[in-house]
Amino acid sequence: MLNKNQNSIIRLANAKKSFDNKVIINDLTLDIYDGEFVTILGPSGCGKTTVLRVLAGLETLDSGDIYLDDKCITQVPAEKRNTNTVFQGYALFPHMTVFENIAFGLRMQKIPEPEIKQRVNEMLAIVKLTDFKDRQPAQLSGGQQQRVAIARAVVNQPKVLLLDESLSALDYKLRKEMQNELKMLQRKLNITFIFVTHDQEEALTMSDRIIVMNNGSVEQIGTPREIYETPTNLFVAKFIGEINIFPAVIDSHIDEDKYLANVHGCQYTISTDLTLEKNQSVNILLRPEDLRIKELDDKATSVQITGHIIERNYKGMTLDSVIRLDSGERVQISEFFDEDDPDFDHSLGQKVAVSWVESWEVILTNE
Amino acid sequence: MNNSSMFKRFSIGILLVWLSVFVLLPNLMIIVTSFLTRDDANLISLTFTLDNYVRLFDPLYFKVLTHSVYMASIATFICLIIGYPFAYTISQLPKKIRPILLFLIIVPFWTNSLIRTYGIKVLLAKKGLLNALLLNLHIIDEPLRMMYTEFAVIFALVYILLPFMILPLYSSIEKIDKSLIEAAKDLGASKFTTFLKVELPLTLPGIIAGMLLVFLPAMGMFYIADLVGGAKNLLIGNTIKTQFLNIRDWPFGSAASITLTVFMAGLLFFYYKVGKSIKNRGNNA
Amino acid sequence: MLKRHISKVLLLLVYIYLYTPIFILIGNSFNASKYGLKWNGFTTKWYELLWNNDTLLQAAFNSITIAVFASSIAVAIGTLGAVALFKHQFKGKKFISGLLFVVMMSPDIVMAISLLALFIILGLELGFVTLLISHITFCIPFVVITVYSRLSNFDNAILEAGKDLGATEATIFKRIILPIAKPAIIASWLLSFTLSLDDVIVSSFVTGPSFEVLPLKIYSMVKVGVSPEVNALATMMILISISFVIAAALINKSDKSV
Repeated sequence: MLNKNQNSIIRLANAKKSFDNKVIINDLTLDIYDGEFVTILGPSGCGKTTVLRVLAGLETLDSGDIYLDDKCITQVPAEKRNTNTVFQGYALFPHMTVFENIAFGLRMQKIPEPEIKQRVNEMLAIVKLTDFKDRQPAQLSGGQQQRVAIARAVVNQPKVLLLDESLSALDYKLRKEMQNELKMLQRKLNITFIFVTHDQEEALTMSDRIIVMNNGSVEQIGTPREIYETPTNLFVAKFIGEINIFPAVIDSHIDEDKYLANVHGCQYTISTDLTLEKNQSVNILLRPEDLRIKELDDKATSVQITGHIIERNYKGMTLDSVIRLDSGERVQISEFFDEDDPDFDHSLGQKVAVSWVESWEVILTNE
Repeated sequence: MNNSSMFKRFSIGILLVWLSVFVLLPNLMIIVTSFLTRDDANLISLTFTLDNYVRLFDPLYFKVLTHSVYMASIATFICLIIGYPFAYTISQLPKKIRPILLFLIIVPFWTNSLIRTYGIKVLLAKKGLLNALLLNLHIIDEPLRMMYTEFAVIFALVYILLPFMILPLYSSIEKIDKSLIEAAKDLGASKFTTFLKVELPLTLPGIIAGMLLVFLPAMGMFYIADLVGGAKNLLIGNTIKTQFLNIRDWPFGSAASITLTVFMAGLLFFYYKVGKSIKNRGNNA
Repeated sequence: MLKRHISKVLLLLVYIYLYTPIFILIGNSFNASKYGLKWNGFTTKWYELLWNNDTLLQAAFNSITIAVFASSIAVAIGTLGAVALFKHQFKGKKFISGLLFVVMMSPDIVMAISLLALFIILGLELGFVTLLISHITFCIPFVVITVYSRLSNFDNAILEAGKDLGATEATIFKRIILPIAKPAIIASWLLSFTLSLDDVIVSSFVTGPSFEVLPLKIYSMVKVGVSPEVNALATMMILISISFVIAAALINKSDKSV
């Protein structure tokens, strides 16, 4: 995809870190490629911010190594690393103007004054803050402060830009805008961005690749599409988007990747790359939009999964239903709105059958 | 790397050493001294005794102690009675003029208290301003003798220490979330009930902090007793000072001062407990 | 309506109470009558007398010397300490805060006798050095708390931001911490200065006849009786204190936006 040459810019090898005997990063190994927009996604406390701080040099590893551009930088302190950070609360210097904030890093590198002026002014134009360059941070709005923080980091032309929950302080609309701006900025500058967030929607929208973390370990690495459509474990499946899980038992192997499985007493054909045994229990994972509803007569008996509609929510593009299955479980179904379909508008309490589009299912073995 | 940790060690070290040598060590010495025996030649002889503490109950000293606690308590109480409505009123005024009014409270606080005590002396003198005022208003017929009385000491203590009461009170009153008062009103509480059930409990930490800040220094301000109190209205501070500088009975002076410190620690502990219980109640609610 | 007036009257009365003695002193320092009971006309002769009183002037000079040294040293030690407390987590942090708290809360007289005991045992002669040490000691917690509370208004992450942008520890101290703490540092210097200049209790224990300071001189003068020179002196000291306090407040205020 975007990782044209698969050139690893950052490599974390067997990284370990504990605080007060609590393991924060647990034997982590990962590669981040030059020029990509990578998001580290996970619930709070999963260690994602610590990974970022380790990369920035603000925390030291207990063991393991960090490589930047194939050079080991494990022992290099933050001030000498060619990485820059956009902090969660922005951490702008309150006593300096916008211009001075952005110029700070260049001054530290002892770059000649005319060049500093030129580069800061270019940066100000890119983040659209030229008119605000003599203001103090306290006189700016949240979105403007955010831009200063980005400009202050990017102006140093770091090999990697680290962003720590950088959008979470903004309100919904501004956050959407900044997501687009960040992506555009990243393409323009062609710098590797490593973005940390707990917001799965943000991660899906912005990233080339997502690293899903939990309890200090990586759960899955992949493109947003891979993560969403083929999660490799239940944690990832549940953490990203809505998911319905049907427990099933394998009846027989049909051929190649096809198996016959028993779900709540009904037989379905499933496909998977996994090699499965007879009587093995598995989970069938289905997104709400993978499921379909079929109306049934109350009297009808059929070998299908059935249940009653207990909630209907009109969402504009889609119509979302919650169905309580006869087995007692609840499933969520999201259907695209179709005015021409006479059967479409099911009513509350109605008995329905639930099915799914064949081969859209994801199979996970029961760990 | 090394440079920075040197700098850090230097910064912490110098403060740590200073406080250990000039705060911890001397205080430990006083504690030890209070259990030793007085010696005419060397000030102190190394014989353990509890006698110094027992002697505090000698009527001669015990009377000074109780009288001093009594005067300091009255002064604290008066400060509270004046300070609370005062702080409350200021907190109700427009935000613009509040800093000015508070500043006017802080200024005397930073002005030499000895000089201000001297001012009290001039004010309370037989032919002073207060007597002149009362005479002119025909409240009294002949000048009152106010100097060298218990009244004068309390008057001066209140005068010097009032700002210490007002400032913590103000900061705790000002912190009350206005919507709590509105909520109480909305739920049908009268102004008085709201004050009693909402504002007063919430400002309790401020009240206690103010009382401590008045009461504790009040006991030690020997120069106030010296200047306006005369020989009969002494504070513990006077006793400690006499023992150390005049009679040179250090062990006894130390015992008196340890007693004062323990008293203070007890009050602070009480303050801490109250503050904590209020916090807890807030968390449980 | 009535209530409003009552509370306003209360405000007024308290301010009158607090300021009358001060104004009496100031008034009397210009009063030709020696005992200050009646207004006998305007005079500056008490100031002239003061100007010619060599021992008083010497005491004033001593006081100012002590105040300048004590507040400067206390500000240096206290600022470094406050910055360390703000920046680092370390063992003994609680110990330091505890000792600072002890100094803040213990009655002056307790501190005075404990320092006296220390000096006697160390065999130091009571005078300039002992007085200086004592004044530094009671100013330090004040500086630490003022500077620390100023710093703690700011996100700790700005220090990391400095590091991230390539600044060394020394640069962070010089370019980020000091400018931010500057108003608090100046204010705590000014206030330490007035604390030192006004102290009676500690000074009366830890200085000796070789080094007399103003508050003690005034103390011995006013104990004897009313002296108009003291009025003049008091007026000048009040003016110094007030102008320092105003300056401190203005400095703190002007940088509030930061």
